[in-house]
Amino acid sequence: MTTELPADFAGKPLIACPTCDTLHVEPSVPTNHAACCRRCGRVLAAPRENAVRNVLALAVTSTILMTGAVFFPFIELQAAGLHNRASVLDAAMAFSQGIMAPLAIAVAFLIILIPTARLVAIIYTLLPLVQKRQPYRFAAHAFRLAERLRPWSMAEIFVLGVAVALVKVAGLATVSLGPAFWAFAVLVVVNVLQDNTMCRYTIWKSLETTRR
Amino acid sequence: MPVYNMEIPGNDAALISAQRAGLVACSHCGRVYPPGTESCGRCGSGLDPDGRKSLQGVWAWLAAGILVYLPANIYPMLRTNTLLDSSESTIVGGAIELFHHGAYAVAAIVFVASILIPIGKFLAIGYLAMSLGRRSRMSVHHRHMLFEVVEFIGRWSMIDVFVVAILSALVHLGSVANVNPGIAAVSFALSVAFTMLSAQSLDPRLIWDADEEDR
Repeated sequence: MTTELPADFAGKPLIACPTCDTLHVEPSVPTNHAACCRRCGRVLAAPRENAVRNVLALAVTSTILMTGAVFFPFIELQAAGLHNRASVLDAAMAFSQGIMAPLAIAVAFLIILIPTARLVAIIYTLLPLVQKRQPYRFAAHAFRLAERLRPWSMAEIFVLGVAVALVKVAGLATVSLGPAFWAFAVLVVVNVLQDNTMCRYTIWKSLETTRR
Repeated sequence: MPVYNMEIPGNDAALISAQRAGLVACSHCGRVYPPGTESCGRCGSGLDPDGRKSLQGVWAWLAAGILVYLPANIYPMLRTNTLLDSSESTIVGGAIELFHHGAYAVAAIVFVASILIPIGKFLAIGYLAMSLGRRSRMSVHHRHMLFEVVEFIGRWSMIDVFVVAILSALVHLGSVANVNPGIAAVSFALSVAFTMLSAQSLDPRLIWDADEEDR
């Protein structure tokens, strides 16, 4: 069943809420205002001042932290004169023996590769926008990929997992945290900031209007 | 943050969905197109022909998720070898062990993340998918809230897999103590991934369609 659109609005550009499909007139939201769906209340657009530049800066910060998190020692264990140290990569590779090998690859993706891929894609999309130039080729693809991968980027869950693991071995041995752990912990905070600052709608629109 | 007043097409207060107006909308960026358009010109995502994702994917991923959750609970998640003995613990066993050690908070995290959340998710997705297109005791707003909670919380179940990974990487102290992962880690990780995919294939617009029909 279709209803005709009211005649007085024919021709105005429309958008639909991605959550509940309700039609709205395409908004031009002033900065620091939030536009919410009239039916379900989803925030459709919330542009902030200098948001694109800030997101880019946060993404670069995350990339530096991620590099540190992967290469510095992560966690160290001492018991009865023996000690063992593990990096983030070792944690992923814990499953690498026997038939569990695919899980090792999956864990490496969830905690290192997917978060890194998202960062690279976001930097690739936003850098030209900040420089007020035309977006790079496939920028829309890159940004869509970054959005698709969002639920699969599990760095913050990994950090909480470390905390749980520490409690489990606390009675057995002395555990000390390396610089990589702190890099990872800060990374989680920066990621939250980044996701909250980014207004997807604004980015999609500016990608569209600056395309050749 | 001040609220910007969204304008709707038409002067009366009736909200119209894109589907009712004979349009298909992009579920990523919200652009609308005439029916028959295959992909979004703004963000490049594929558009569903009738403006809604089908339910098949939801049921298929959910069934797969429940299926692999069973072996995850039967087989051992961790194998621990110390000087004196060796032991294997399942998901539930690991939580109970923590509880006996007095680590109540951590036992609770493990229990919630690997038992309550997965089972709650199966039930919630099943209920949401069944209640589509029917009258339900839960209002549309509440059902949507349930959906958001399921989508937000689902990923956190993966914590148990990471705990096993960290323990296995860390506790390698020659003959004194060794921890190795058990096969249940694989099926548990698969179960979490499948249920995440199931929740992602559930189109929230289908939930909101019920709101439209009430008018």
